[in-house]
Amino acid sequence: MSIELYITQQLINAISLGSLYALVAIGLSMIFGILRMANFAHGDMMMVGAFATLVLQWAGCNFGWAVVGGIAVGALAGVLVERVAYRPVRGAPEVTMLLTSFAVTYILENLGILIFTSSPRNFPLPDWLNSAFQLFDGQITFTQINILTVVLTTVALAALGWFVTRTDVGLGMRAAAEDMPAAHLVGLDVNRLIVVAFAIASGFAGLAGILWAAQSGVVDPRMGFTPLLKAFVGAIIGGFGSIPGALIGGYLLGALEVSIVAFLPSQVSPYRDAIVFALLIAFLLFRPNGLMKRTQEVKL
Amino acid sequence: MSRRHQLLFITACALFLGLFSFTAPMLVNDYIVRVMTVMCINAILVLSMGLTNGFTGVFSLGQVGFVAVGAYVSGVLSLPAAAKAAYLPNLPGWIAAVNLGFFSSTIVAGLACVLLAFLVGRPLMRLSGHFVSVATLGFLIIVNNVLINSDDYTRGARTFTGVPLQTTLPWAMGWLIATLVILARIVYSPKGRAWRAVREDTIAAQAIGIDVLPVRLSAFVIGAFFAGVGGSLFGHYIGSFSPASFFFAYTFSLISMLVIGGMESITGAVVGVVIVSLLSEVLRNLERGFDLGFVAFPPLYGASQIALGVIFILIMIFRPSGVVGDRELSFGRIVALTRSNRKGVNS
Repeated sequence: MSIELYITQQLINAISLGSLYALVAIGLSMIFGILRMANFAHGDMMMVGAFATLVLQWAGCNFGWAVVGGIAVGALAGVLVERVAYRPVRGAPEVTMLLTSFAVTYILENLGILIFTSSPRNFPLPDWLNSAFQLFDGQITFTQINILTVVLTTVALAALGWFVTRTDVGLGMRAAAEDMPAAHLVGLDVNRLIVVAFAIASGFAGLAGILWAAQSGVVDPRMGFTPLLKAFVGAIIGGFGSIPGALIGGYLLGALEVSIVAFLPSQVSPYRDAIVFALLIAFLLFRPNGLMKRTQEVKL
Repeated sequence: MSRRHQLLFITACALFLGLFSFTAPMLVNDYIVRVMTVMCINAILVLSMGLTNGFTGVFSLGQVGFVAVGAYVSGVLSLPAAAKAAYLPNLPGWIAAVNLGFFSSTIVAGLACVLLAFLVGRPLMRLSGHFVSVATLGFLIIVNNVLINSDDYTRGARTFTGVPLQTTLPWAMGWLIATLVILARIVYSPKGRAWRAVREDTIAAQAIGIDVLPVRLSAFVIGAFFAGVGGSLFGHYIGSFSPASFFFAYTFSLISMLVIGGMESITGAVVGVVIVSLLSEVLRNLERGFDLGFVAFPPLYGASQIALGVIFILIMIFRPSGVVGDRELSFGRIVALTRSNRKGVNS
């Protein structure tokens, strides 16, 4: 097996994984940027989106519409959580908001267990998505899901890029992220901006959840937690609160995880998570603003 | 109240609780003794968590990492030789030769956590707000990951079993009383005042000459000691555990006790443990399903956790400082209450 092909294969894996991390990290970063809130329940929107898609498929929807429905339900769940749980504690100390989101995670996961039980369920895929491509005598393998992941992520990111730079609401969102009281002063409807931010962020998470489920083949109520933690790492590497930062951070993290497993000796690779989170701590200590410079300062 | 009276009162209370813990198995049934033992262990852990999270305002999500280290360290040290040979054949000789009793292995577990907390806390206690929460969460994940991969010492992800079941109610109660007395002494000393000063206003605290890092670090390290002790008690109580026992579910359950009770006082931590434990026991029995004669409720697994989560959020919205807030049930207050009823508890 040639080394170039091996590296190409790992690159494909890294892009595929990084896309998912980026989708989750962007939502996390958007919410943090506006509300200064570390939203632990963000990962559960992945679970909500994936389960909604599953239920829609059971109900007889074709896959495409089930995906659209799943994203919509994910977005709706995010808005609902914001309205019920986060708005009452807005402006409270950051720890209060963080703990509230921690409790929301706990509720949503147990709600998932209550409805769907804790055992993983099969995530059915249509036949046209189930084939794999093999190039160079099987030295490079990728599936339709990999392609779908990259395509959908690109579309979603392009749409988001257009939204935050070209529309009034998008500009307002960035203004609120920059300086919330000032945005309020110039007459922006901050509540609406926050609702829009939650809808977009949660919709992205829902999409990520569906793609995650498609890649792993199963859905379970706790599926959102690990990707969420990874998304935290991605978002913080990129600069917590910055959308381009989260994008870069997500892909960097994907590349890092794939390379730990692909290129490091097999005694080291089980420690992947430890390495990743040690990197997170290192970033928090030495470069708390991440790779993308932001104006906020982090102090003792 | 004079110092002597206070000492007398504390000793009397401790003696009463101690005596009660010895006689309890004869007075009430096994189930209640078990619930009380677990409550004592959880109270030690929640108190240890309250030091950083409540009194210094550095909200750590990594406390359970220390609990895990405590449980495993004391478990490895006190495992009987036969069990060691069976379960941990690759243990290095110098550890395999050690076989400590319950008390000494608990102390060693606490000290191991102190060392770890010092190493981890020195960098991490520089952070504030959600950054420290996320970083300490990272610490918890690292601990979990390392435990899973240290097969020779921990049996990896498999269940670590064979730890002698030595945590009886008197032991747990004894450690709880010791924890309460020691922490109350520290928290309401100049040292503890510095902790709270740092929490209330970091910049003002610095301005009056308080060095923030050592102050936070001391709370973190002392908390870690008791977390290690609690972990050891936990390990010797259930006898077999795995890295998954010390992860987010346990973290959330301890945090909910701390936050619901009120993390800015010692009384709050204890009250939170009592409230949440009793509530969970009741809800857990309800969620198995029950029959009212005319209508039967099916089992709803997960419902008790949902109820706990909802209560948590309601507390966050309507009473963010917890049921007790920053008040303490002090001995002076009890005496004042018994002598005259003119003033309420709030006075």
